[in-house]
Amino acid sequence: MTEAVAPRAEIAAPARGDLEVRLKRAAEAIVVPLVALLAATALFSVFLLLLGKSPADFFALVAQGAFASWFSLQNTLQRAAPLLLTALCCAIPARLGLVVIGGEGALALGGLAAAAAGIAMTGAGGTTAQLVMVGASLVVGGAWIGLVGALRHWRGINETISSLILSYIAIALMNHFVEGPLKDPASLNKPSTAAIPDVAAIGTIPGTDVHWGLVIGVGLCVVLWVLMSRTTFGFAARIVGGNLRAAQLQGLPVGRLILIASAIGGACAGLAGMIEVAAVHGRANASLVVGYGYTGILVAFLARHNPLAVIPVAILFGGIVASGGLIQRRMGLPDATILVLEGIVFVAILVSDTLYGRWRIFQPRATAP
Amino acid sequence: MSDALGLWGVPLAVASGAIRVGTPFLFVSIGECLTEKSGRINLGLEGTLVLGAATGYAVSLHSGSPWIGVLAAGLVGALFGALHGYLCKLPRVNDIALGIAMMLLGMGLAFFFGKPYIQPSAPMLPSISLGFWSESPQIRAALEVNALFFVGVACAAALWWAFASTRAGLVVRIVGDSADAARAMGYPVDLVRFLATAAGGFLAGLGGAYLSLYYPGSWNERISSGQGLMAVALVIFAHWSPPRCLVAALLFGGAGALGPALQAVGVSEGYYLFYAAPYVLTLLVMAVTVTPGRQLAGAPGELSVQK
Repeated sequence: MTEAVAPRAEIAAPARGDLEVRLKRAAEAIVVPLVALLAATALFSVFLLLLGKSPADFFALVAQGAFASWFSLQNTLQRAAPLLLTALCCAIPARLGLVVIGGEGALALGGLAAAAAGIAMTGAGGTTAQLVMVGASLVVGGAWIGLVGALRHWRGINETISSLILSYIAIALMNHFVEGPLKDPASLNKPSTAAIPDVAAIGTIPGTDVHWGLVIGVGLCVVLWVLMSRTTFGFAARIVGGNLRAAQLQGLPVGRLILIASAIGGACAGLAGMIEVAAVHGRANASLVVGYGYTGILVAFLARHNPLAVIPVAILFGGIVASGGLIQRRMGLPDATILVLEGIVFVAILVSDTLYGRWRIFQPRATAP
Repeated sequence: MSDALGLWGVPLAVASGAIRVGTPFLFVSIGECLTEKSGRINLGLEGTLVLGAATGYAVSLHSGSPWIGVLAAGLVGALFGALHGYLCKLPRVNDIALGIAMMLLGMGLAFFFGKPYIQPSAPMLPSISLGFWSESPQIRAALEVNALFFVGVACAAALWWAFASTRAGLVVRIVGDSADAARAMGYPVDLVRFLATAAGGFLAGLGGAYLSLYYPGSWNERISSGQGLMAVALVIFAHWSPPRCLVAALLFGGAGALGPALQAVGVSEGYYLFYAAPYVLTLLVMAVTVTPGRQLAGAPGELSVQK
């Protein structure tokens, strides 16, 4: 098991009582990532300055492209929806100390399964078709990442490596079906499955252009936060993440916990694929594989694997992704600029782990024993 | 003439593909082998590979010499490895997670600076013809082996010898097996790991230059799809032994060459399934080689994937 991803702070905190300790811990958990974000912003500004571009222009364009107008805000929220779910795919297993990075593949397969189910349900009522599609994506996504957990526990295979390798297999499988057995003969330029029936499409929230996927994503974040922080299951899972040996000595069903947490994460990523198919593309094709899975990993780490914190971070990165086009057009920077920014933020956030416990202001006052 | 071999062309293409496709695996896996022997895992080699490919291509184009490109790719890889090595020594920084971050950063930088180099064509690395004895053009084509492959074999041999019979190799192994023991003996653990990670990055950078300067021999954003990461898995399969890394790299290269070889003789059904073959093979060999609760022979004791 890896060490640093485990949310030490919460396990170490006393169960009830000392409010001051809890407040200081919470403040530390907010301040340290903010410091990391600021440091990353500074580093990225230096990068832009070295290239002769203005960081001020860049961040102004991000703000404009992401949050300035009602139109750009809706675009941001639209992109935040899959990020919420792919971030959960990384965050939930991370509470048990697993670094799972296979969200991209689970999303692709979930989307494919949903499209196949939707096509099979042609003629059925809208709600029935949607429920079957949701079910298919949950099962396929859950089984896919559940396999990662099973390989980890029963075969001792490192979950990071296996999840990424399974991701490549998943994308190859999706390509196989989209260009083979499930191909719509009419889709020449961009091989796709046939379109799902119109009644099965997910609509928009009244008064906006944002689809219901956002609500589903936010809802799942809240539900999983409750599961991980307020239930016996979540408590047991956190013990596994904090100290595997202690969990085993307590007689906790470690294998089952790992399997369930991985499957929950995978089901979330699969659902993201279903929402992309039913609300955005209307069919499964290569448009599903655009990096939501990878950005989701970053969102999860930035949120310190707390499902509630995932919500604002996913919206922030939805905005950064949404402003990519504007930056490309206005500043003449390549689309990979966003990837560079994400990489710098990711490195900064991991290095900031070293800051925990360094600042006295966040430490509980030493009391005489 | 071109059909003279018929279906026999498939095993021939797989065998030559094993070398052609396997060479980057070889470089990344011996680099990772060195890093892991020092007790650290660098998952960022996927990013290093892509960055090396972009650097090698760009420098080869500007300098006119592919070998300068190869060297530049190695140096950039070493720099990237050094960054990973330095950051990992800070307390509580997780080497696996940092590897993922470095992978993203490396790809981002490669795509960013590599954008202008997608169109122009750079001078390629020369190959050595080992098929001069044959009349058949297919056999001749199959036996075109790139010089870098032999460099990789030499590196694997040198590393094997160094681990077995040099002082430096022994120090790396001590540091990787027990940091406490190494500290007690007065060896600088962090420095050894830093150097081992940087050297591993150098080798991975060479593998990247091979991708863009020989096979597939162009620079684009899909130049690597997980080869760097598979190479990490391959090191486990090879039980941290450089000669076995060579064997494993050829095996994986052969698996990767299967799809294109079948396509060349007209079997295009299930292309993507054959494309997935090396990934499936990776998972299978990991499932077979790793036994939970028991350390593998040759595994460095300090390695976090082993805990």
